[in-house]
Amino acid sequence: MSMFRRQAGRYVATFAVDEVRVLRKVASEVVGLLTDGFDHTDPVVGRLFPAVYPQDAPGTAEFRRYTEGDLKTSKIDQAGAILAALPDEAGGEVRLDAEAAEAWLRALNDARLAMGVRLEIKDGTDLGEELDDAVAEDPGSSRVFQLSVYAYLGYLQESLLNALID
Amino acid sequence: MGGMAAPQVAPVETPDTDEVPASDRQWVTIVWDDPVNLMTYVTWVFQKLFGYSRERAEQLMLDVHHKGRAVVSTGARERMEHDASQLHAYGLWATVDRS
Repeated sequence: MSMFRRQAGRYVATFAVDEVRVLRKVASEVVGLLTDGFDHTDPVVGRLFPAVYPQDAPGTAEFRRYTEGDLKTSKIDQAGAILAALPDEAGGEVRLDAEAAEAWLRALNDARLAMGVRLEIKDGTDLGEELDDAVAEDPGSSRVFQLSVYAYLGYLQESLLNALID
Repeated sequence: MGGMAAPQVAPVETPDTDEVPASDRQWVTIVWDDPVNLMTYVTWVFQKLFGYSRERAEQLMLDVHHKGRAVVSTGARERMEHDASQLHAYGLWATVDRS
């Protein structure tokens, strides 16, 4: 698995071809969710765009009327920052400046939030245990794949954050 | 947290020495615990958005984690809505309420 490190003011990681494929897929899925697939009744959209006044639907609707467009645009742009920085084919190096690194951080977080809702990650969920259970049930299942990707994105986000904070 | 212009009325008579005028201190931004966001990330967001020290940001993150929620900013409603939308951009689960 790749990790980000800081190198001469840039944040650098070298990705294998499978990692590039996975990152392209999850970033594209976030973009899809925010464009053609945008639906307030989807719990993932509900998590990415929380009701600012949980007890006040009209207040929340008004807040959304003047903030949601910008929020959607910034989330699409940050997912786009991942797509823009990935090597076209095969694996390769990704070098990010500070601005792109922050966009990646937020985009990785959005992707993890979306997956966390779909995978029903709860407080106290032990990812290792979830993965063991899913493998025992069917090692080739989509849940095994999704849980692995979710764990990988968390690892990658943490490495980028550590590189930024250092 | 200041930042909002004081309303053009006579100062309220309460001998409050806080930096926020009483009239602006009626709303709060709350961040709720969620099972996905990394603790280090939440701390970083608080430092980044609010300019809090690492210690203060960490304490707020721990409050969110252990108590399920924490007030991260206090002030006028418009400002709290601004803070909440910024927090949403970073993927934190933020709401606005009366204090």
